[in-house]
Amino acid sequence: MKRFVYINDESYQNDYCDNRISNTKYTLLNFLPKNLWEQFRRFMNQYFLLIACLQLWSLITPVNPASTWGPLIIIFAVSATKEAWDDYNRYISDKQANEKEVWIVKNGARKHIQAQDIRVGNIVWIRENEEVPCDLVLLGTSEPQGLCHVETAALDGETDLKTRVSPQPCVGLEFEQLHKIKGVIECPVPDKDIRRFDANIRLFPPFIDNDICPLTINNTLLQSCYLRNTEWACGVAVYTGNETKLGMSRGVPEPKLTSMDAMIDKLTGAIFLFQLTVVVVLGAAGNVWKDIEAHKLWYVKYDGNEPWYQILVIPLRFELLCSIMIPISIKVSLDFVKSLYAKFIDWDEDMYDLENDTPAHAANTAISEDLGQVEYILTDKTGTLTENKMIFRRCFIGGTFYGNECGDALRDVELLNAIANNSPHVIKFLTVMTLCNTVIPIKSPSGSILYKAQSQDEDALVNAAANLHMVLVSKNGNNAEIHFNRRVMRYEILDILEFTSDRKRMSVVILDCQSGKIFLLSKGADEAMLPYAYSGKQTKTFVDAVDKYAQLGLRTLCLGWRELESEEYTEWSRSFKEANSALSDREWKVAEVCQKLEHSLEILGVSAIEDRLQDGVPETIELLRQSGINFWMLTGDKQSTAVQIALLCNLISSEPKGQLLHINGRTQDEVARSLERVLLTMRITLSEPKELAFVVDGWALEIILTHYSEAFTELAVLSKTALCCRVTPSQKAQLVKLLKSCDYRTLAIGDGGNDVRMIQQADIGVGISGREGLQAARAADYSIGKFRFLKRLILIHGRYSYNRTAFLSQYSFYKSLLICFIQILFSFLSGIAGTSLFNSVSLMAYNVFYTSIPVLATVLDKDLSEKTVMKNPEILRYCQAGRLLNPSTFAGWSGRSLYHAIIIFFITIHAYANEKSEMEELSMVALSGSIWLQALVVTLEMNSFTFVQLLAIWGNFIAFYVINFFISSIPASGMYTIMFRLCRQPSYWITLVLISGVGMGPVLALKYFRYTYSPSAINILQRGERSRGPMYTLVNLESQLRSDKDNMMVSSSVTPVKNRSSVYEPLLSDSPLASRRSLAPSPFDIFQPAHSRTSQPRNIKDN
Amino acid sequence: MDPFEMQDNSKNSNKPKYSKFTQQELPACKPLLTPAIVISAFLLVGIIFIPVGLASLSASQEIVELIDRYDTTCVPMADKVGYIQDSKTDKSCIRTLTVPKHMKSPIQIYYQIGDFYQNHRRYVKSRSDKQLRYKNAAHFTKDCEPEGYTADGVPIVPCGLIAWSLFNDTYTISVNKKAIGVNKKDIAWQSDKNKKFGSDVYPRNFQNGNLIGGAKLNESIPLSEQEDLIVWMRTAALPTFRKLYGRIETDIMANDQLTVVIQNNYNTYSFGGSKALVLSTTSWIGGKNNFIGVAYLIVGGLCLFLALVFVVLYMFKPRNLGDLSFLSWNRNTLDCPN
Repeated sequence: MKRFVYINDESYQNDYCDNRISNTKYTLLNFLPKNLWEQFRRFMNQYFLLIACLQLWSLITPVNPASTWGPLIIIFAVSATKEAWDDYNRYISDKQANEKEVWIVKNGARKHIQAQDIRVGNIVWIRENEEVPCDLVLLGTSEPQGLCHVETAALDGETDLKTRVSPQPCVGLEFEQLHKIKGVIECPVPDKDIRRFDANIRLFPPFIDNDICPLTINNTLLQSCYLRNTEWACGVAVYTGNETKLGMSRGVPEPKLTSMDAMIDKLTGAIFLFQLTVVVVLGAAGNVWKDIEAHKLWYVKYDGNEPWYQILVIPLRFELLCSIMIPISIKVSLDFVKSLYAKFIDWDEDMYDLENDTPAHAANTAISEDLGQVEYILTDKTGTLTENKMIFRRCFIGGTFYGNECGDALRDVELLNAIANNSPHVIKFLTVMTLCNTVIPIKSPSGSILYKAQSQDEDALVNAAANLHMVLVSKNGNNAEIHFNRRVMRYEILDILEFTSDRKRMSVVILDCQSGKIFLLSKGADEAMLPYAYSGKQTKTFVDAVDKYAQLGLRTLCLGWRELESEEYTEWSRSFKEANSALSDREWKVAEVCQKLEHSLEILGVSAIEDRLQDGVPETIELLRQSGINFWMLTGDKQSTAVQIALLCNLISSEPKGQLLHINGRTQDEVARSLERVLLTMRITLSEPKELAFVVDGWALEIILTHYSEAFTELAVLSKTALCCRVTPSQKAQLVKLLKSCDYRTLAIGDGGNDVRMIQQADIGVGISGREGLQAARAADYSIGKFRFLKRLILIHGRYSYNRTAFLSQYSFYKSLLICFIQILFSFLSGIAGTSLFNSVSLMAYNVFYTSIPVLATVLDKDLSEKTVMKNPEILRYCQAGRLLNPSTFAGWSGRSLYHAIIIFFITIHAYANEKSEMEELSMVALSGSIWLQALVVTLEMNSFTFVQLLAIWGNFIAFYVINFFISSIPASGMYTIMFRLCRQPSYWITLVLISGVGMGPVLALKYFRYTYSPSAINILQRGERSRGPMYTLVNLESQLRSDKDNMMVSSSVTPVKNRSSVYEPLLSDSPLASRRSLAPSPFDIFQPAHSRTSQPRNIKDN
Repeated sequence: MDPFEMQDNSKNSNKPKYSKFTQQELPACKPLLTPAIVISAFLLVGIIFIPVGLASLSASQEIVELIDRYDTTCVPMADKVGYIQDSKTDKSCIRTLTVPKHMKSPIQIYYQIGDFYQNHRRYVKSRSDKQLRYKNAAHFTKDCEPEGYTADGVPIVPCGLIAWSLFNDTYTISVNKKAIGVNKKDIAWQSDKNKKFGSDVYPRNFQNGNLIGGAKLNESIPLSEQEDLIVWMRTAALPTFRKLYGRIETDIMANDQLTVVIQNNYNTYSFGGSKALVLSTTSWIGGKNNFIGVAYLIVGGLCLFLALVFVVLYMFKPRNLGDLSFLSWNRNTLDCPN
């Protein structure tokens, strides 16, 4: 499929859409149906709707339908309003963009129109610093060579300037001619690939003869880019409106569901089944009772001949009575707290990156809990662990190492001397450094030269060369000017053989303007360069140099060159041009042609670039590994560099503490054998306290993933650490998928465009808004400025979110089950006919108001202080294992609600028996009992109380009475005067105190008993936190932990394999602590309470 | 992301604004379940509960209560239902009771009905509050089925099963053969009389059908004065309940002979319910109810016992608070559940 764009020809303009951008999801007309349809796709909402509809049948509804319809409508209205508001904002920003004034050419004259009226084929004029309104093919610029610079940050997040050029036939056209230009552009149908534009242009006479000229992405100005450093540019619109590259790449990402949400859904399903059971059992019992007993009740006046549906009436009544078992408030509460979690991440000062002025941002507000449950972290290396600030450190030129002594080649006297002496090898090396790149030099007004580079490596090389007196002064189109030792050298850049991740090298063809010779300059990864060296030339020394540098953790590039015969070049140039104008498979064809030129290179040397580790990376990795998270490093870098970086940042340990297993091989058999060997070693050494890690490169990984994925899965489960080198973006994503398929929660962190796929694939994607642009950060669920913030994101935000949601969700079920159980118990005293004990107002307010507000304050709850968590990262395992929300904790909460329901009901019916058994009064006593108990439960389960929590819990408590007093003063309400009467009765208060005492006593006793005699790690840390003075807490915890670690280290390194149990035995009891304490009492012991000191001798005796 | 935002990012700092709330640093108190707190909590509960329990129990014990179940004796053994449904027979029945203790006025007279489901779904909904309150709302009988209209289609006032089944036994009481006045004024809630039952609403077409439920109403007295009806319409939540019948406003001495002439009209026989006459004095706790007092004493005692157990446990099995050696990972027995 192709699109033909006729330049400046109005007769064809209506074939394509206009330039109206629309990001909105809804229109005024379809908003309601579409939004409702989307909301009702969720099971819970369907359930609520069904219940609400059933309630319209007055025969079966136990309460006023308003008690369900009210909250339902409110909840839907809130969601819909939020959607509508978002959509309205999108509409406004669209409108602004659409109504922006732009210059176009119409009938040979320039005219001002609104951006939305641009049609395909229009010629659009843009001035400096203006935004490009649609996708254009450049026709002319203010620069003589038809060049212009654009900033594409809005498109791909890359902040460097990119050069765009007019197609060959258009270069040199006069300003006036551009108004009258005619021609046709043949381009593909719109797609979202912002790196490719495989098209052709053919100008019509009288401009230039019928010559087809290829177009690439370099000839385009894409929508949302900004024109920089260029007075004006004009181009022809090829894609407009939502069909631009930007418009096509907009998409709704798949919503991610946290494992916690999945668990809550599962529990909801279980409750639903339980509800159905209740309905069936009680419904049947009710029908039986009706047949046997109720017909004797003359006052109920049952009709002898009932309609057929009577048999359904009682079950359906129970269905409605029990419908609040699935609390309608849980969805709203969860949405609310989740968005607050996200806000806390956005607000966190400690995750603000001062250097780049970027705060952390949670783009996905729904998955904070998953952060606390991460089991695998897959991290990119460059830019994620490292700073991605490349500095040229060393080089190896023509057999000589420079920079080895002082660690900085730029200050190596030998190198400076060699330059001064015009050593030919060094000069060639510097020339390649300076010219073999796509860097744009920009002269600032002060005269200094700034380099704008897409690749940090190129930036480092050019800057280093400039420091070595080979200065790239300007690059005007194809002409480059270099100053070297006060000499001016001019080169014409004939062709650029671009870098691709497959080729792993790039080259330029230059014409030396002095000598008229043509050179091919290449640079690239060693394995992409050395095989193409001049045959007969020994590359051994270079391989050694590369290895040596890699072991130091430096990034290496091999530089090479070759002089070309002019015939050879002319011939090649033709095929290159042909390949470049191919409309299909252009990339592949170009690569093939490039291959033809890049051979018989003279390898000049190896450059070594340092990429420093970011601050705090080793500590962060150490901490997160302690917390039980497994780390995989996936990098496109070479193996030795990756291993080196991994060692530097604590990912792997050197022998004898750790062992690195290699999986390698070129063929399928070799790889299989290697894999098997590694797996075997892994299995054997699993029980040893040795840190095992495996390394695999992209080649072997490809074979493994296609043929041995089962064995690899086993390996992945066994191995806590893995290094994958030379992997492609899709392999990264595959690895994430593999771990996910083993039911591990994965977090992928990266900074570049090559990490986007892995970030999107993982359960949680974290992007580092780094120097490689914002592409990763845009695709990610969370974006942070530096790798070290990850520990805070996971340990603090993730953990708290998990704990809070665990409490909130289970509590929500607890309180709705409580009220349902009371209703069920009451039905046994009301002839199993499905009477509701509570009135409609109370039921509605109970679920959406009385019980939801206090628990929302749980967003501020902290079980442990942030410092304690950071000191004891192991505590995260509780979250990973899902200890706080699982079927058994849920069963505990259900048991509690059953117990509380029985207590409330039993005490109420006995205290309010006989003459007091008035329906309204009794129901309010039971409701008050539920409110008292739930307030106490929240209080007991909350760990820390800020004034917000106190206000929410007790303010709500007071609000309950205020609201009920208010309702009780409305004569029309069923509750008229009830609450006033109750509050005047001493027996009301006595009853409620009794309910609270009986309800909470056992809960408190049990909790205390567990807390004291089988405490969880959280409890121990809580007490540790409290029993020490604030000053001593840190010091002591730290020293204790450290010495603990030392102990472990010592014992593990001293007794490696001999006796496995001996490694564990001494650590099993509390002996190391006790012995240490008896040997050297720390100053802190004085501050311990007396009882803890008395316990010391016991501890020692125990050993 | 909105591409138009990108412009002014660099100008002002993106640093989040500091506040204690946004940094989650609000001052918080973190109470712990230390032995001291828990033990004193239980002690406190025990110490408070026991006196309250004693007070409630003694208040309940002071109340003199006389219960006389008469439904079994005031009916011939054979064909109870036929007897009760026959409107022609005289159903009066004389009961003699001896007062065990001095009963101080006011003495409340209740009728107690057992196994009567006033809370049955079909029954409890069968009323029309609008009709009871407003003069012109007689036609609001939608909820009253099957007692909304008479056979001729005229709305019944008051409609519904509750009103239809109004209790109609009557008691005439004499002490030591001397007739004694039963005050039947102000037995209903004042609020009901004022706001729930209209003073201009009169019974119409009530109990006119061929099936008579319970009592008939005097059509010349407005609903707000029909206190027996108002009391009856306050439905009970439990199947056994007492409703106020009237008050005796003189004291009754111990060993006095009470003679009660009962008109045994109300049918509890077809569903096997019970009927009883209750005379009771009152106190601050309400009617006689030992449950609260006993429950308080038991709970208070248990709390003291638990406090004691915790003290003993604490003395013999103390725990070093915050000893990190209890941490599982410090013991190297990582219970990782994967």
